[in-house]
Amino acid sequence: MNQEQAVAGPHESTLKTLAKVFGDGVFSHATFRANLRFHVPASRIFEFLAVLKDQCGFSMLSELGATDYLGYPEWTRDRFEVHYVLRNLDTTEWVVVKVGVNDPDPTLPSVVPHWLGADWMEREVFDMYGIKFDGHPDLRRILMPEEFVAFPLRKDYPLRGRGERHNFPRLTRGES
Amino acid sequence: MALGANQGAGGFAAGTGSGVSLKSAGNLEIPENTIVTTLDSVVSYCRKYSLWPMPFATACCGIELMAVGASRFDLARFGAEVMRFSPRQCDLMIVAGRVAMKMMPVLQRIWLQMPEPKWSISMGACASTGGIFDTYAVVQGIDRFIPIDVYIPGCPPRPEQILRAILDLQAKIQKGGAIAGTGLPELFDREKELQAKRDLPAGFPLSTERGDEDRFGYRLPGGPGLLGSNETN
Repeated sequence: MNQEQAVAGPHESTLKTLAKVFGDGVFSHATFRANLRFHVPASRIFEFLAVLKDQCGFSMLSELGATDYLGYPEWTRDRFEVHYVLRNLDTTEWVVVKVGVNDPDPTLPSVVPHWLGADWMEREVFDMYGIKFDGHPDLRRILMPEEFVAFPLRKDYPLRGRGERHNFPRLTRGES
Repeated sequence: MALGANQGAGGFAAGTGSGVSLKSAGNLEIPENTIVTTLDSVVSYCRKYSLWPMPFATACCGIELMAVGASRFDLARFGAEVMRFSPRQCDLMIVAGRVAMKMMPVLQRIWLQMPEPKWSISMGACASTGGIFDTYAVVQGIDRFIPIDVYIPGCPPRPEQILRAILDLQAKIQKGGAIAGTGLPELFDREKELQAKRDLPAGFPLSTERGDEDRFGYRLPGGPGLLGSNETN
């Protein structure tokens, strides 16, 4: 497989496999320098990642994160975009898979069944953006305190918070 | 007996065994090598030269704090080198670094666990004011929630500044002393004021010196600091 790829250029066999499995109209792709990017609808993301992992050799989930595009100039797609950065450890290829989700109640299938390491990454995305992951074994906040109610990396959350940082009892010298 | 000098003054010489000679009522003559003082003063003297710091180091200020404890700057010269990592064994809390809102209950709990008498130093810009971290997650000055004796400016402060703060605190302890409690008279007014405002809801101004704060803790040039709230549904 390595030799084939060296002749045909990077990502050739990946694209071939994906086209064979999904056909036209499911995903779109673009390249930037050596990286390949996919846009996939949320309904197909789980099986798309499964094909990338099992048939294209992208065995490592390197990064999982999200972006809030609220108020982004000339933005027409979904408000949130979750991205998965995958790596093929044999050919050292990278691919980035992006999937959009929208208000209200943004929900995606969890990829913990594919990669156990996605556990904390999905918890962080949930903590910061409020995107839920169906099938996650333990979807709790990971960075903010348990009693925190907002999702602080959403663009409509004020930078200085809504008074959370002031909400503590005051200890005076008389009583401590 | 060391009474020779005193007896020359011709006053009434009391007894023989005590070593004290009384000249007249209200005018006490003291033998040589004897110091008369108050018990409070002695206690304060002992306390100020045996501070045991509790290093609450959350950020880069902690590195400077370690340098102060090490041989080059040598906090031991001022009797405060015994860093203990249990609040039960400490009487000086040095908060070095920014305190996140998740950390604040921990800080308060550690403060409450320290036995009296106790003092605190807010070290660096972040602990004192929040510093550059003006975000939802960082407490804007720990003195809003625990009492602070000495503030150290700097980002991070030089080790010499920390030594200066220890010296200032020692002066404060010597002035304030009482056997029971911290007894810092210059804090009484402020304590009373804080007590009076304790029932205010969180986020409202707590003292006149910071009275122009709004709900988010800042007075913005354009009016009340409702930054971003107009964009929130």
